[in-house]
Amino acid sequence: MHSDMAELQFREAIRAAMVEEMERDENIFLMGEEVAQYNGAYKVSEGMLDRFGPKRVIDTPISENGFAGLGIGAALNGLRPIIEFMTFNFSFVAFDQLINNAAKIRYMSGGQFKLPIVFRGPNGAAGQLGATHSTSTESIYATIPGLKVVAPSNPDDAKGLLKSAIRDDDPVIFLESEVMYGLRGEVSDEPDYLIPLGKARIAREGEDVTIVAHSKSYWIALRVADRLAEEGYSAEVIDPRTLRPLDIDTIVASIKKTNRCVIIDESNPYASISSEIAYQIQDRAFDYLDAPIRRITAKDVPAPYAKNLMEYYMPQEDDAYEACKQVMYAG
Amino acid sequence: MASETKKRTRQRDQVEEQGVPAEGAVVNGQDLEIPPRIEVKHVFTNYQAGKYGHKDVGLSEEQVLGMYRNMLLQRRFEERAAQMYGKQKIAGFLHLYIGQEAVSTGAAQAIRIGHDSVITAYRDHGIGLALGMTADECMAELFGKIDGCSRGKGGSMHYFKAEKRFFGGHGIVGAHVPVGTGIAFAHKYREDGGVCLTFLGDGAMGQGAVHEAFNLAALYELPVIFIIENNQYAMGTAIDRAFAETVFIKHAISNNMEAAMVNGMDVFAVCKAIQDHAELARRFKPSILEIRTYRYRGHSMSDPGKYRTKEELERKKQEDPIIRLKAYIRQHEIASNEDLDRIDEEVKEEVMRAVEFAENSPLPPLETIYEDVYTQEDYPFLA
Ligand SMILES: Cc1ncc(C[n+]2csc(CCOP(=O)(O)OP(=O)(O)O)c2C)c(N)n1
Repeated sequence: MHSDMAELQFREAIRAAMVEEMERDENIFLMGEEVAQYNGAYKVSEGMLDRFGPKRVIDTPISENGFAGLGIGAALNGLRPIIEFMTFNFSFVAFDQLINNAAKIRYMSGGQFKLPIVFRGPNGAAGQLGATHSTSTESIYATIPGLKVVAPSNPDDAKGLLKSAIRDDDPVIFLESEVMYGLRGEVSDEPDYLIPLGKARIAREGEDVTIVAHSKSYWIALRVADRLAEEGYSAEVIDPRTLRPLDIDTIVASIKKTNRCVIIDESNPYASISSEIAYQIQDRAFDYLDAPIRRITAKDVPAPYAKNLMEYYMPQEDDAYEACKQVMYAG
Repeated sequence: MASETKKRTRQRDQVEEQGVPAEGAVVNGQDLEIPPRIEVKHVFTNYQAGKYGHKDVGLSEEQVLGMYRNMLLQRRFEERAAQMYGKQKIAGFLHLYIGQEAVSTGAAQAIRIGHDSVITAYRDHGIGLALGMTADECMAELFGKIDGCSRGKGGSMHYFKAEKRFFGGHGIVGAHVPVGTGIAFAHKYREDGGVCLTFLGDGAMGQGAVHEAFNLAALYELPVIFIIENNQYAMGTAIDRAFAETVFIKHAISNNMEAAMVNGMDVFAVCKAIQDHAELARRFKPSILEIRTYRYRGHSMSDPGKYRTKEELERKKQEDPIIRLKAYIRQHEIASNEDLDRIDEEVKEEVMRAVEFAENSPLPPLETIYEDVYTQEDYPFLA
């Protein structure tokens, strides 16, 4: 372990990013349901009320439309809010604020106002919570110009990307996978550890197939790559990390090397991130493709409750593995 | 104390007897006592027309004339805009403010422009001009030209002016009300003494976002005044067709806020109300003002306004805020009829020049379509 690395949980890495940034800039505050006295529904903000006091770590009523809008107004008026949604499923209650206000005020005002705000919280499915509590929202938000969308897959990226998101002058949707909060990993504790938004990470180099996967799908990709390696195939794994702006250049460069692509994404498939990535690859690297692009996504239905159905609903490692074999024409 | 304990014990016995929680039943150690009777008595202040003169609101005669001039500017600007809309120089929705000018003008006069903040809905020309935006930049925005206040990206409903701390006209009914609350939140956070005037229409009172904002403002004690411009109609819907409760300030009671009713045809009444409530806001007491006003024109240019009678309109025009102020000025011998006519001439010319300015301003260059979306200039857009 480097001296400038610490092993942290995903939630601790996010907290560290917020704490460091709030110590640096007193215009940053954290607001959301249960973030203060309760220490966060997922304990992401544990201890932050004690550290920063109630002026800067603020409990809200159950009032997503209201406090999302309040954050937007505060950002317009010079502060740098971090707004936590208890889960991004509830961000739909504030959809109007995110889409019509956060994303558009800068444009409609002819650039007179900037909106340095981060909306963050758990995203996607976490076991059997039923349809209203299992939505992967990245494809929905990434379709909106004016928003930036970040979805890290490990604690170190979470910290570096969140610090960048907080320092960014545009509204950022920062998606934390609900089941990853306990995930441990080495995290830099350099004070200015910033991972730029819009830069993909080549997590693993390979020659035979490119797997593009973000957030918790990334871990599926790694397992698939391991299995393929046992059979003598080398998969290149790319974690885009930021979905808007998307680092399409890194993905395309990889396709030009491997000539094959599988995308894993737990969003619903219709008009999604995976559709977009597939389109952009064919637009920029059609001549390099040796096989049609395959994607493995959630099923095109609301998330079910029953255990077997829910497992079937989520993108499957076996399916991703088969898809890789298929695009490699490897029996 | 002892007798209270007794009472509770008695009530707990009741629970056991009837198998249902009784008044004052103890749950999780907390006393959920129900008072025998709840009474809400509240008398609201009423800012009547004719009750205040310019001295009561601390205005000099020059300032009164300035207000008169500005109200006329709003009126002439919009009359000309309507004409230009007819000539198809202006597109999109055009919601005119004619009849409501005392509200914008009285409010702007009552605050520190450039220090305090203002946000409103889509009927925003009046407040923009009252805050001192130029007729040129306002007209150019209607024409969709690059010299418009929002570089031609906003249009009629989306005027913005950062240096006036005018945080915009907004097109989604009610959605800007939480934003105004957040602007006030930042004033308090930075302790800069500013307040945020948040204007909304009566129709917006049906939106949940507005009621969430009321609660947040009261809960966090934010320096904001919610100003309901009650012009009695939301498009074609009269308030009594949309609301079970049409006295909107009553919502202040359930949010523990101050509130008052204001005659919006009298610029001094408006000014006084906003002065008083801005003072409260600076002491972190948010409030609701219901300003009763009236719009003479249809909801927008496409609306003939058939849902109201000619008689109603004519009756309301008797209270015209500009004519009222003119009579006041004459009565107090602040200016002569000739002076006032001259002001009108000047204003008309100013608006004519604004039309010319807007005509001559270039259309936004095509490459500006990719500007102002994000802060970075090199943002990778799909082309
Ligand atoms: C959320 C939403 N629903 C509907 C509309 C369409 N709409 C625009 S203005 C308006 C009436 C609003 O009336 P009010 O708030 O009283 O303002 P006024 O026009 O009287 O100034 C409606 C229904 C809208 N812009 N936004």
